[in-house]
Amino acid sequence: MAITTAQSPFRIDPLTGMRIDLKAQALVKINAVLAVVFLLVGGAAGLLVALTRWPAVHLLPADLFYMALTAHGVVALMVWIIFFEMAVIYFCASTVLSCRLATPGWAWVQVVLMTVGAAITAVAILQGNSSVMMTSYVPMDAAPHFYLGLILFAVGALIGCFVFLGTLVIAKEEQTYKGSLPLTVYGCLIAVIIAIFTIASGAIILIPTFLWSLGLIESIDPMMYRVIWWAFGHSSQQINVTAHITIWYTVASLAFGAKPMSEKVSRTAFLLYILFLQLGSVHHLLSDPGMSSAYKIFNTSYMMYMAVLASMIHGLTVPGAIEVAQRRNGYNNGLFEWLRKCPWGNPVFACTILSIIIFGFIGGITGVTMSVEQVNMIIHNTIYVPGHFHGTVAGGTTLAFMGLTYYLIPVLFQRELILPWLAKIQPWLFGIGIAVFGVALMGAGTLGVPRRHHDMTFAGQALSFEWPGMAYMMMAVGEIGGVVSVVGGAAFCVIVVGSILVGKKVPADAKCIVAPHADRNADKHIGMGGFEAPGTFVLALTLFVCLVLYYFINFKYLATVWTLA
Amino acid sequence: MSEMKANETKKPLTVLQRILDDQNFMLMLGLVMPTVFYTLWGVMEVATIPIAP
Amino acid sequence: MATAYTPPEEGWATEPIERTEIIWIVLALSWCLFMFGWMIAWHWIGNQNMNNEAYRTTPEAYAKKVEDFTAKYTVRQDASDPSLPVVAPPPGSDVYLAASRWQWRPVLEFQKGKSYRVHISSLDWQHGFALLPENINFQAYPGYEQVITMTPNKTGTFGIACNEFCGIGHHIMLGRIYVKE
Ligand code: HEM
Ligand SMILES: [Cu+2]
Ligand SMILES: [Cu+2]
Repeated sequence: MAITTAQSPFRIDPLTGMRIDLKAQALVKINAVLAVVFLLVGGAAGLLVALTRWPAVHLLPADLFYMALTAHGVVALMVWIIFFEMAVIYFCASTVLSCRLATPGWAWVQVVLMTVGAAITAVAILQGNSSVMMTSYVPMDAAPHFYLGLILFAVGALIGCFVFLGTLVIAKEEQTYKGSLPLTVYGCLIAVIIAIFTIASGAIILIPTFLWSLGLIESIDPMMYRVIWWAFGHSSQQINVTAHITIWYTVASLAFGAKPMSEKVSRTAFLLYILFLQLGSVHHLLSDPGMSSAYKIFNTSYMMYMAVLASMIHGLTVPGAIEVAQRRNGYNNGLFEWLRKCPWGNPVFACTILSIIIFGFIGGITGVTMSVEQVNMIIHNTIYVPGHFHGTVAGGTTLAFMGLTYYLIPVLFQRELILPWLAKIQPWLFGIGIAVFGVALMGAGTLGVPRRHHDMTFAGQALSFEWPGMAYMMMAVGEIGGVVSVVGGAAFCVIVVGSILVGKKVPADAKCIVAPHADRNADKHIGMGGFEAPGTFVLALTLFVCLVLYYFINFKYLATVWTLA
Repeated sequence: MSEMKANETKKPLTVLQRILDDQNFMLMLGLVMPTVFYTLWGVMEVATIPIAP
Repeated sequence: MATAYTPPEEGWATEPIERTEIIWIVLALSWCLFMFGWMIAWHWIGNQNMNNEAYRTTPEAYAKKVEDFTAKYTVRQDASDPSLPVVAPPPGSDVYLAASRWQWRPVLEFQKGKSYRVHISSLDWQHGFALLPENINFQAYPGYEQVITMTPNKTGTFGIACNEFCGIGHHIMLGRIYVKE
């Protein structure tokens, strides 16, 4: 192959055999490092928030609590995740396609804009007059530079999206791959498409809001704001879902040599995402005045739940592909031998499987249920909501990103992980902590405990309200789970930063770590009863039964409250 | 584009694959669908709320 | 052999789909269609629905309505907070509840099993109507009033918390509804 043109030197990675563009490598590294640094900041804010919402501790006074919560939402949800996504899309477009990155100069502009933007917003929050939560619903106002920072950050991310698309064009022209895009890159493409809609929506709403905060625009309609803001706020969660599902597929291949069960099915599921996933933004508006039921039902169901169908497909095909690979590799006995023989102590695998389970069972089941037009009335804005989305965005996305990071450290940073014993338990600390946190908060939310709330005792209020003891207990259990997950998150940051700084260098003649192709049993018949992945099917049925039961339990509860018409 | 031509000499691609592989078409779908069904319809919903009597 | 990170083998779009996936897709699709139908059906078979009645208004106009409504039906001052009037509207009538930083006004008194057309709106920022311990939640906007017909099915003292962040006093915002036999 004619490589190494003068401007874009490549190296061949000894561990994976991948051909890596050094300019892309530097950009993936800087984005990933910034992401992890911000995760640390966001996690610290999360700890303060959790320690305040734990009734027995009640750490911060109200003003600092709302400041910390604003910081936590902005930094954890937007900054950590989007920086990491930049690393992912650069890695996929260039390294996975063995292609040089398009316009590395612009990619550096992305890094600078996003860093400066995040810093400006962070300063605005810390100055104390921008404790408006990440949603900054008008007419509540933040300092102008709160919005300005977010706008710069978003522009940076948009540039990153175009660098990705440009790289795909180059890869096609220079024919660095043949035929269709690999699924890994395809998933990133879907995420980037969603991101473009997301960022455009963000611009449409944040730029006028910025001008309004400067006094250049007189007012902004609060309902219009919320409609457009959620086209941004929720679609960005759909980027995360698409990105972490893509990582699931990728890790299944990296760790097991797994082949997607059916490219056709997985890609069609991604098409369903493109068509319908972003309609779901409306589930933030279900309790709002004056939205017709036709609008709400059509959109909150992603047009007849077609995007839910797609997620259920991904949820089956990723573990299914692992099962098939394991069975072909010789673990073909019974329903679950393949699962028992998975590398549970390997943090890359552990993060990924926990991400799949938590996203499916906690984030997925509750998400489908709470976005029903009517069920939303008994859930909207309670602490149930943070319970749910920590299942998706912390348990699902963040864990998946952690898993990929463990993989990238030896490959891109060429360092071995320090503290391997800690890396072994870290996914479990973070995952189990978040799972407990999520489930307990949902319990408290079912009792009505509000979200974003400094003091559930309403101390000092003449009109008192008595919660059942269970509500306090759920909050305490949940926040203890939260503290455990912060320990897990901190361990992650220590391992990553430590490995990069002082980890042992991976020798140039290191053995290739790519999983053996799954072919020990290639010719033998695998699976049971005509199913290639019977174990996965049983697990999927378990999820299905839980979903159906949970769905009806919520309607049963809904049927007991005041009549509403 | 030139890729497409090269492929035509082999087996014809299915419609599904043509759609899935067409990055620009996917981008278009991904922008138009939510803009029409979520954003524009939503803005209309808000705009048509009647004035209080 | 192909993996997720290598291009798929040619002809991937015509490969047959394995049984595990087919059955799962059929099952999942059926459930999806059921849920869609159920959400629509609940508008007829369920007793908890939003009728989506809403109006555009202004904080001033709405405050006036609340004032008139309060003046008309006040029965006493609240025992826990004498600064708050308790208003007992006749069943079937329009009830005006206002959110502002940081209170819900006025205190309401309903009769069990009777219906009330409850209007909810805000006089300043966004707030959230959260009826406790029933756990019924609606968004309250300035400039828009939403009307929900509520029929209490139990007696007791109910709280109204605020569940949309509305500034530094968000967590002390608490209103009340009494429901009598
Ligand atoms: C490290 C462990 C974490 C802990 C202990 C934690 C804890 C919390 C707590 C207690 C709340 C406040 C709930 C409320 O009162 O409304 C919260 C809100 C939130 N968290 Fe986390 N969290 C963690 C990780 C994450 C991660 C990784 C993300 C995103 C990737 C995230 C995103 C959010 C968001 C978006 C909110 C909502 C903020 C808002 O209401 O504006 N959290 N978190
Ligand atoms: Cu309020
Ligand atoms: Cu509030």
